[in-house]
Amino acid sequence: MILFIACIGLFLIGIYAVATKRNLIKIAIGFCMMEYAVNLLFAFIGFKKNALAPIITSQTLERNFVDPIPQALVLTSIVIGLGTTALILSLIVRIYEKYKTLDIKEIRKLRG
Amino acid sequence: MKGFLPLFVALPLAGAFLIPLATKIKKWLGVLLANIVTASLLGLSVLGIMETFWGKIIVYQIGGHHPTLGIIFAFDSLSALIVLLIGLVAFSALLFSVRYTDKFTGVGKFYSLVMLLLAGMNGVALTGDLFNLFVFLEISAIASYALVSFGINDKELEAGFKYMVLGEVGGLFILLGIALLYSATGTLNMADLANTLTNLPKTPIVWFILGIFLFGFMIKSAVIPFHTWLPDAYQYAPASISALLAGVFSKVIGIYALVRITFNIFNLSPKTAPVFFNLLLYLGVGSLITGGFLALNQNNYKKILSYSCISQIGYIFVGLGIGNYWGITGALFFILAHALTKGLLFLTAGDVEHKLNTTDLAGIKGLRDRMPTTSWSLIIGLLSLSGVPPLPGFFAKLLIIIGALAAHLYLVAIICSLYSTLTLAYLLKIWQPIAGKSESTLGYPGRAAEIPTMTSAILFLVVVVIIFGIGFKPALTWIVEPAATALLRGIGYAKIILGG
Amino acid sequence: MNMTQGQEKPRGMTIIVKNITRLIAGFIFLYGVYIVFHGHLTPGGGFAGGVVIAGSFILLILAFGSQEITEKVSYSFSSLFESLGGIFFLIIALLGAIAGFYFFWNLLPKGTPLRLISSGIILPANIAIGIKVGAGLFAIFLALAATKYIMEE
Repeated sequence: MILFIACIGLFLIGIYAVATKRNLIKIAIGFCMMEYAVNLLFAFIGFKKNALAPIITSQTLERNFVDPIPQALVLTSIVIGLGTTALILSLIVRIYEKYKTLDIKEIRKLRG
Repeated sequence: MKGFLPLFVALPLAGAFLIPLATKIKKWLGVLLANIVTASLLGLSVLGIMETFWGKIIVYQIGGHHPTLGIIFAFDSLSALIVLLIGLVAFSALLFSVRYTDKFTGVGKFYSLVMLLLAGMNGVALTGDLFNLFVFLEISAIASYALVSFGINDKELEAGFKYMVLGEVGGLFILLGIALLYSATGTLNMADLANTLTNLPKTPIVWFILGIFLFGFMIKSAVIPFHTWLPDAYQYAPASISALLAGVFSKVIGIYALVRITFNIFNLSPKTAPVFFNLLLYLGVGSLITGGFLALNQNNYKKILSYSCISQIGYIFVGLGIGNYWGITGALFFILAHALTKGLLFLTAGDVEHKLNTTDLAGIKGLRDRMPTTSWSLIIGLLSLSGVPPLPGFFAKLLIIIGALAAHLYLVAIICSLYSTLTLAYLLKIWQPIAGKSESTLGYPGRAAEIPTMTSAILFLVVVVIIFGIGFKPALTWIVEPAATALLRGIGYAKIILGG
Repeated sequence: MNMTQGQEKPRGMTIIVKNITRLIAGFIFLYGVYIVFHGHLTPGGGFAGGVVIAGSFILLILAFGSQEITEKVSYSFSSLFESLGGIFFLIIALLGAIAGFYFFWNLLPKGTPLRLISSGIILPANIAIGIKVGAGLFAIFLALAATKYIMEE
C-alpha cells in the first residue's frame, strides 16, 4: 500500500517538474520521472506475498509465481520510454543550437 | 480469407526497414517502394470493408494462441472505416510528397518515419488487446513527433518540442489507466475485459479509471483546455505530414481509441452514464466555440485550418456526447468527411507553399489566376468544410443536428447551426483573396508551373470528396451505418469474439 | 603540443583507461551475447542483451574518442545493421504466415525444455532484436555525440 502511494507521489513530482521548471533539461528529467513512476506501479501490480520470481528452472517447476504479465508489459514500456527519451534529448540539442539558450521562457518565437 | 489482416501492419513495417536500404542504392527506389505500400494498403482496406459488411468480426489470433491468452486482431466495421480513411489520405499524401520532399536531405528517413506512423495507426485500428493499443499508439506518436520537426528550423523545433511534451504526458495517463484497469480486472483482452466489467459492481474506482482515460485522450485529440499544441504543430510541419496528422492521426488516436474503450469495453450509454456523456457534450461545445473564435483573428492560411481542426473535433465530440443512433452516425460520417476535406485543404496549402513560398493571406491574392487547378480544389474543400450541399460536410452536420433534436437537446442544435455561420465567416477570409483579381504584388503574375504528382494527388482527393458527397446514401448504408451498429452493440462485440 | 590549430590535441582519456578498455570491452560484448542467447532461460533476452552490446561499443568511444572509432564502425555501418536486424525479425514473423499458419506461429522444432536449443522461434527472434537494439542505441549515441563535435568547431 505504501508503495502505491510512493509511485503516485513520484508521478506527481514529475508533473510538477514538467509544468513549472524553466530549464529544458529539467523538464526532460521530470518527464522521465513520470515514466519511471508508471512503470514501477505497473510492475508492482502483479505482486503476491511469499511468491517466487517467475522463472522456470529445474527446481521450481511447480511453485507459485508472481504474475509475469505486468513484467513483460513493463519491459515493452521501458523500451518505449527509451525511444521517447532519446527523441526528446535530440530535440533539446537541436533547440540549443538554434536558440542558444535552454530557458523555456526565451523560446517563444511562436505566439500560438 | 482472414490472412490479410496482419498485412496492414506488416507491410508498412517492412517498408520502414527496407526504405533506408533502398534509398542508399538509388533515391527513387525508396520513393517508389513507399508509394507501392500505400497503394496496396488502400486496396486491402477496400477489401476489408467488403468482408465485414454483414456485421461480422474477423478475428485473427497472432501466434495461434487463444484470445484470452494471446493478442488478437479484431476487425469489425468501425475498424474497416478507419482503415479506409487511413488508406485514402496516406495514398494521396505520399503521392504528394514525391516532389514536396525535394527540399529535405535524408529523404529515406522521412519515408521510413511515415511508414512507422502508418503501421502504428493501422495497428491501433485493428487490435483487440488493450496494451497492444497502447504500444501501437506510442509507435505512431513518436513517429509523428519526429516528423513534425523534420525540417530543422527553429520554429519547427519549438513546435515539435511542445507537441512532444504534451503528447507524451497524455500517453502516460493512458498507460496509468491501463495499469489500474489491469489491477481491477486481471485481463487485457478487450472482449474479456468487457465481460469482466459487467460483473464488477460500479465502484468509484471504475469511474476514476474512466476519468483518467478521458483525460489522456483529451490531451491526444486536442479538445480544450489542452488544444495549445495543435496550431503550432500543424502549421510548421511539412504539408503532407499536416494532412496525415490533421486528417487521420488525431481521429484514430484520440477519438477511435476513446470510442472503442467507452462503448465496447465499458459498455456505457446515455441512459446508464449521463454524467459522462454530458461531459463530452460540454467539451465538444466548448471546443466548437473556442476554435471558431480563435480562427477569426488569424492571418495565415495554415493557421486558420489548424484552428478549424479544433472546432471540428469539438463537433465530433458533440455528436458522440449526444449518444443516440443519429448522433453516433453523424459523428462517424463527420470523421469521414473531415478526414478527406482537411487532407485536401492541407495538401493544397502545401502546393501553394511549395510554389509561392508563403501561406499568409496577403501573399495568396489572386490565386485563381496563378494556380487555377489548386484554387478550384481549394474552393471545393472550403465548401465541403462549411457544409454546402451536395458535399459531404453538409450531410455530416445535418445528421448531428438531427441527432440533437431527436434527443431533445434543442440548445445544442441551435448552437451547432449558429456555429456553421462562424465557420463560413473564417472561411470567407481565405476565399476572398483567392477569388479576387491578382495584383502585381508578386512580380510577374504568370501561371505557376504545374507539378504532375502534386496536382494528381490533390485531384484524387477532390474526386473522392465529390464521390462521397454525391453518393451520400450508398456511403451511409455501406460504410458508416455498419460502423455505427458495430459501436452501439456494446457488449455484443465481446459475445461475437468469444463465441457467445 | 599545440602546433597546428589544436590538431595534435590528444583525444580520449588517459592511458590507464585506454588499456583497461582494451582488455574489458570484448568481455562486455561477450556478456551481452550471452544474455541474448539465454533469453528463454534466464531474465534478459533481446532488449537487455542489446543494450549491453551497445554499451561495449559506447565504452570504446568514451575511452578512445569518437574520431578514431568512427573510422572503423561508422554511422552508416550501424544503420545498416539496424535495418538488417529489423528485416530478419520480420522474416521470422512471416515464416509462419507463409507456411499456412498464423503470423508469429512457433514453427521451429521445440527441443527438450530448459536446454539452449528449445522453444522454437524465440531464439532467432532474440538474436534479431539484440542486433537491432545494439546497433540502434549505438547509432543514437553517435548522432548525439557527433552533434557536439559540430558545435565545437
